[in-house]
Amino acid sequence: MSDLLAARGQMAMSLAFHIIFAVLGIGMPLLMVLAEREWMRTGETVWLDLAKRWAKGTAILFAIGAVSGTVLSFELGLLWPGFMEYAGAIIGMPFSLEGFAFFTEAIFLGVYLYGWNRLTPRAHWWSGVAVTVSGMISGVFVVLANAWMNAPTGFRLVDGRPVDIDPIAAMLNPAALPQALHLTLAAVAATGIAIAGISAVALRRDPTDLVHRAALRLALWVAVPASLLQVVSGDLSAKFLAEHQPVKLAAMEGHFETARGAALRIGGIPDEAASTTRYAIEIPRMLSVLAFGDPNAEVKGLEAVPRDEWPPVLITHLAFQVMVGLGTLMAFASLWVVVCWVRRRDVVEDRRLLTLLAWLMPAGFIAVEAGWVVTEVGRQPWIIHGVMRTADAVTPMPGLAAPFALFTLLYLFLGAVVCWLLWTQIVKGHAHA
Amino acid sequence: MPEASPLAVGIATLVMVALNAYVVLGGADFGAGVWDLLARGPRAERQRAAIADGIGPIWEANHVWLIFVVVLLFSCFPPVYAHLSTVLHIPLTLMLVGVVLRGSAFTFRAYDSTDSPVQRQWGRIFAVSSTVTPVLLGMCVGANASGALAVPADGDFVTRYVAPWLSPFTVTIGLLGLAVFAFLAAVYLAVEITEPELQEDFRAMALRAAVAVALLALAGLWFGRGTFAEVTAALTGRPLTLLFQTLTAIAAVTTLVALWRRRYRVAQGAAILQVSGIVWGWGYAQYPALVPGVHTIGSAAAPAITLRLVAIGTAVGLVILLPSLAYLFRLFKAETTRPFVRVDTAEHPVPTPPRASR
Repeated sequence: MSDLLAARGQMAMSLAFHIIFAVLGIGMPLLMVLAEREWMRTGETVWLDLAKRWAKGTAILFAIGAVSGTVLSFELGLLWPGFMEYAGAIIGMPFSLEGFAFFTEAIFLGVYLYGWNRLTPRAHWWSGVAVTVSGMISGVFVVLANAWMNAPTGFRLVDGRPVDIDPIAAMLNPAALPQALHLTLAAVAATGIAIAGISAVALRRDPTDLVHRAALRLALWVAVPASLLQVVSGDLSAKFLAEHQPVKLAAMEGHFETARGAALRIGGIPDEAASTTRYAIEIPRMLSVLAFGDPNAEVKGLEAVPRDEWPPVLITHLAFQVMVGLGTLMAFASLWVVVCWVRRRDVVEDRRLLTLLAWLMPAGFIAVEAGWVVTEVGRQPWIIHGVMRTADAVTPMPGLAAPFALFTLLYLFLGAVVCWLLWTQIVKGHAHA
Repeated sequence: MPEASPLAVGIATLVMVALNAYVVLGGADFGAGVWDLLARGPRAERQRAAIADGIGPIWEANHVWLIFVVVLLFSCFPPVYAHLSTVLHIPLTLMLVGVVLRGSAFTFRAYDSTDSPVQRQWGRIFAVSSTVTPVLLGMCVGANASGALAVPADGDFVTRYVAPWLSPFTVTIGLLGLAVFAFLAAVYLAVEITEPELQEDFRAMALRAAVAVALLALAGLWFGRGTFAEVTAALTGRPLTLLFQTLTAIAAVTTLVALWRRRYRVAQGAAILQVSGIVWGWGYAQYPALVPGVHTIGSAAAPAITLRLVAIGTAVGLVILLPSLAYLFRLFKAETTRPFVRVDTAEHPVPTPPRASR
């Protein structure tokens, strides 16, 4: 394995691991404070029970998210010193602000978790709100830094060096809004659907289980609007890509030849050597509509740029299909729930819906991972789109397969322990409530 | 060599403040893990429980200071961050493994209530990684302070990636870091604990650690002599250096006397001053070099606009952060007599919620 590949592997693995905890770190506190709010409002102990269980889950997930995030802040330099030396001054701003948001989150999580009998219920609830809000803000800031790698602004290049740096303009780059919105919604939707799925499994066995009924209701409150809004946000992202990263969009779509009235491909296997995508279902002109809102618009194909600037097309395309497919299913299930709500029908009595929700339990997280693959692999060979190649940013230190193996084993071990703990301590715990 | 702007010096000072906070707060968390490892005798389990209570609510927040140091370095002094993380790749990677294992094992132990043998294993992982991590951190600091990070670009693997951080001096500084952290933890625990027996235990631990700190500091001076002319010269050649050394010495003696006479609050204050004195003494000694022989504050600073924005961002951030931190510490550290409980073990104090009682 080459050192560059090992470095990419380690970074991808670290991000893939951390993003699960980052997403849950946004979604879980939200559910936790909503449950506590319901308890304060109604006085029904089932809500208090939920709030406490979810708080316990939040504590475990936050700890792992915090340490894996610390690892990432170091890995940026350990693996990509060339990138950090170049970009640190330009995108340090969102990272610094993220530092504060994360700090606030850690402080109020301590207050929330250990303060149950030291605070008034109101103050305690507000400390949970502080955790939720600062967690969201912290996620947004990190995404802003990543967005800059996709749409680098806020500097001029003179002899290959950045000059006239404007960190504010860099932070508010064109990818900032679409990406921040997309990931925040994804976090809420993925967490909500997962919790709804867990409860759906339990309710299929015992529809009278009060704790799971309450959990399902709350989870759907957040998951349904987030999953539906995500469709709009996805469209926003497509329009951003069409304008700023046409090569990434082309790879996502398996779109090789620049064409007017381009067709949307669903599924299919792109063949880079033959510059064609086989076995796809094609919807005529739809890609032009989605990218530019015009059925005759020209959509750039991969062949518009030299081959050494192509991202791995197959991976990008397949990951995109997975993300969109699962997102669509989640939106469909959400619509179904809305129909139940409108007809004043109890969701728990709709067994087919419960079955769908149960199957969708991991869907949000798989979609998040796939989406992350799309945006990161789709940006290759660049680490900073159009400015710096990933190969030029990697550390000169040899033998990078060793740390890659080390962190892979460590994270596999941690992942297994977390799953086991959440299962024994939180999910199974519901049964005794 | 480019002249450093006052703003750049200000940000470098901020890095030192954050590092100081990390050592004084996060360091004590590591130190508490060391005492968890060394807990012996009839009261070992009670000592461990007191340690877990002491760091439970605050450790997550304490460790964000490290992230803060990293973020300030890579935004405001990007070449320094790039250089340090290249040359110190190996010890930093190992340190990260320690950070990950420590943080997760502590949480796993707290929330895994299945059976005690499993919990003991988590406790052991927590304690061992708490002990190894500070040594690695200290070695990195020692390597930088010694000037050994000015490595030739064309050397072989050992010359470039191992030799700079592996020497008698760096190992001594690593152990000194460990001793300092353990010392802080024991002093804090002696203040917080109310049971007289445990308080005596922690006092004894603090006194032992104080001796270790003194011996290792002397060893550090010995190994650092001659080999690293720059640091040694700086240590003796500047007026403020003497001031830092005197203050540190006075604080050290005060801590010892206060511990001896069981004046724990005084001991805590003096210990914090003593350790801060060591940190600032080191920072001042290598000023204005950030990586001696490679980068100075002036040569590595990011453009003024970045520094200015980070300074503004920090000022605004501190307005939120400092009151929050004060609140956290007042809630869990100001009164030690009233117990607090973790979320999953808590009986909620108000059986009827506000709305329902109206």
